[in-house]
Amino acid sequence: MILALVLLPALAGALAFALASNRARRVLMVASAAGHAGMVVFAWLLSPAAIGGWLKLDALGLVTLTIASGLFLASSVYAAGYLEREGRGPRRDFEEGTLFADAPERVFTGCLLLFLAAMTLVTVSHHLGLLWVAVEATTLASAPLIYFHRHHRSLEATWKYLLICSVGIALALLGTFFLAVAGSNSGQEQLPLVLGDLIAAGPSLNRLWLRVAIIFLLVGYGTKMGLAPMHTWLPDAHSESPSLVSALLSGALLNCAFLGILRVVQVSAAASDRAFISGLLVVFGLISMTVAAAFILGQADFKRMLAYSSVEHMGILALGVGLGGAGSFGAMLHSVNHSLTKGCLFLVAGNVLHTYRTKSAREVHGLLRVLPVSGALWVAGFLAIAGSPPFGPFLSELVILRAALDTGRNWVAAVYVALLAIIFVGMSAIVMRMAQPAEAGVDLPAAAGGEAASAILPPLALGAAVLVLGLYVPPALSGLLHEAGLLLEAYQ
Amino acid sequence: MTAAQIADDLLILVVLVDLFTLASSRLGTLIRTVALQGMVLGVLPLVAHPGELTVRTVMLATGSLALKGFVFPWLLFRATRDEAVRREARPYVGYSLSLLVGTVMIGGSFVLGARLPLPFPAVSSLLVPVALSTTMIGLFLIVSRRKAATQVLGYLVLENGIFVFGLTLAVKMPTLVEMGVLLDVFIGVFVMGIALHHIHRNFDSIDTSELTSLKDEP
Repeated sequence: MILALVLLPALAGALAFALASNRARRVLMVASAAGHAGMVVFAWLLSPAAIGGWLKLDALGLVTLTIASGLFLASSVYAAGYLEREGRGPRRDFEEGTLFADAPERVFTGCLLLFLAAMTLVTVSHHLGLLWVAVEATTLASAPLIYFHRHHRSLEATWKYLLICSVGIALALLGTFFLAVAGSNSGQEQLPLVLGDLIAAGPSLNRLWLRVAIIFLLVGYGTKMGLAPMHTWLPDAHSESPSLVSALLSGALLNCAFLGILRVVQVSAAASDRAFISGLLVVFGLISMTVAAAFILGQADFKRMLAYSSVEHMGILALGVGLGGAGSFGAMLHSVNHSLTKGCLFLVAGNVLHTYRTKSAREVHGLLRVLPVSGALWVAGFLAIAGSPPFGPFLSELVILRAALDTGRNWVAAVYVALLAIIFVGMSAIVMRMAQPAEAGVDLPAAAGGEAASAILPPLALGAAVLVLGLYVPPALSGLLHEAGLLLEAYQ
Repeated sequence: MTAAQIADDLLILVVLVDLFTLASSRLGTLIRTVALQGMVLGVLPLVAHPGELTVRTVMLATGSLALKGFVFPWLLFRATRDEAVRREARPYVGYSLSLLVGTVMIGGSFVLGARLPLPFPAVSSLLVPVALSTTMIGLFLIVSRRKAATQVLGYLVLENGIFVFGLTLAVKMPTLVEMGVLLDVFIGVFVMGIALHHIHRNFDSIDTSELTSLKDEP
């Protein structure tokens, strides 16, 4: 079952490279996405057997896997229509007027499926070495996706993404080795890098090496997760890649990197040294939110605005786990809410981009009139991501605020609320200007091809899920999230 | 000579190569230097664990020697073509200053290595300091040079440093994971090579100071 989850998209990806027909390839992509999502549903019902302690699907992994699989299904439906609309041959770049072509569709679809396989492997890896291999594989599979539009801006973004993330991940490998040193006095045959063994070794881990390992792992996986100040690749990659890729990067990939950090939290909780990593996570969380607030205020590019909003929300996740207790549960709930909302927003941003042919927020007017469904989703998605009721993120942000107040960290709570307010104001100025009717005399673009079903149904489904999660969290989900939150606490 | 002495000599060679990478201005020389370091690292596992010469160790050593010593340099030469003979005219940090920084880093690594004692005996006391200094010098190469290809080489030096640290672990990594790491580095360099090729074609140079059109404009 676990192997099938990884192998299905991997084999489909290989097949996508071999197929000659674009139409068949799109069918294959959507079918594998649906098959993968179906298997994830089974994984919920059956809790699949572990494979030798290395591959195991626990609550933390299942949350991340469900997010990735669901978002991939929505994005693949969107992608099928997107690839149809994109057409073939060189086109004129609307920003600089130069000609460019798209990457071959077989490369795009193939890498998309391999990307899903790599993310699935991340969620089921319980061996930290294997986890590292899988996280690096996600970088390599997604780099060609960012370079889909072959012009020099996307090339620049791809280069920064490849280099910064590879270096970050390399530091995480060093951290993984340090962790092995920390656990190596237990005298085993192999390196003690299986999560279960490390947790069992608990307090006997060498404290000095453990802390050095934590710093390296946090910086390494934090780079991939987009925590400031290691986030510099993120706005470029998110703004230059096709919108459905941005949705996956932001909603699914960042969570996979977050899972890497959560594994480290599990080990330090078992070693009764949770306070050390908690302190670091709170600091990284608040720095990320501050940086995001600074760059969202007055942001000219609406895709970059969404990218910085991802930095903000990754900061909220780090903060929640750093606070611990109810905060851990809040962070898990928030990771679900953020992924659904951000996926919806990026897909809608793709529709806006397709119709208006600009990423500049100032040049978009009358969104609600030109694209009624996308426009409404854009405004609703903004309200959700900025934390207004009745949407899901409001609930999870509130849980994290409560956790800060309950643990007596009033200063953290105050800064957290202030930053949320600043970001709300900053984003609302941008989003509302886009939604407002145009002044007289401004030409509105025609909604070329209207709003195709494949372009609005996926974000609509994601948006509906966010709304439902704000009103009612199903007991099965909340049970799983509680279980995941408990995994992050000390075991005494 | 005992195995420990050979290991010491090889590790000193690795550090000397580190310094050489900081001083070389021609891309071609740099590619060959890093290839040399890769070859030394390929031999190191064989002497680091004497008496454990299994088929597995030999295979992994051959694999990493072939990749780091031959495949990577070939890929990089292909991706950069005529660029390889040119000098890097204006690195962000000059060559003499780079050497000075490198020396300080090596000194710092020895101090740090003394502060971080391994909880088990290693084949050579030089392993940890050499690993740390190679990692740091790799990072420094990435941030102090303009050319995209030099940054890839910096990444390789960084990986080499981590590889040296991997050797300190007396208990071994499982083969599967080790192969996975090697495969990832291989595909990583391969993808970077393709990106380099595109940068070279698009910008007519591989100078990353041209990659500055993406920024936040109010």
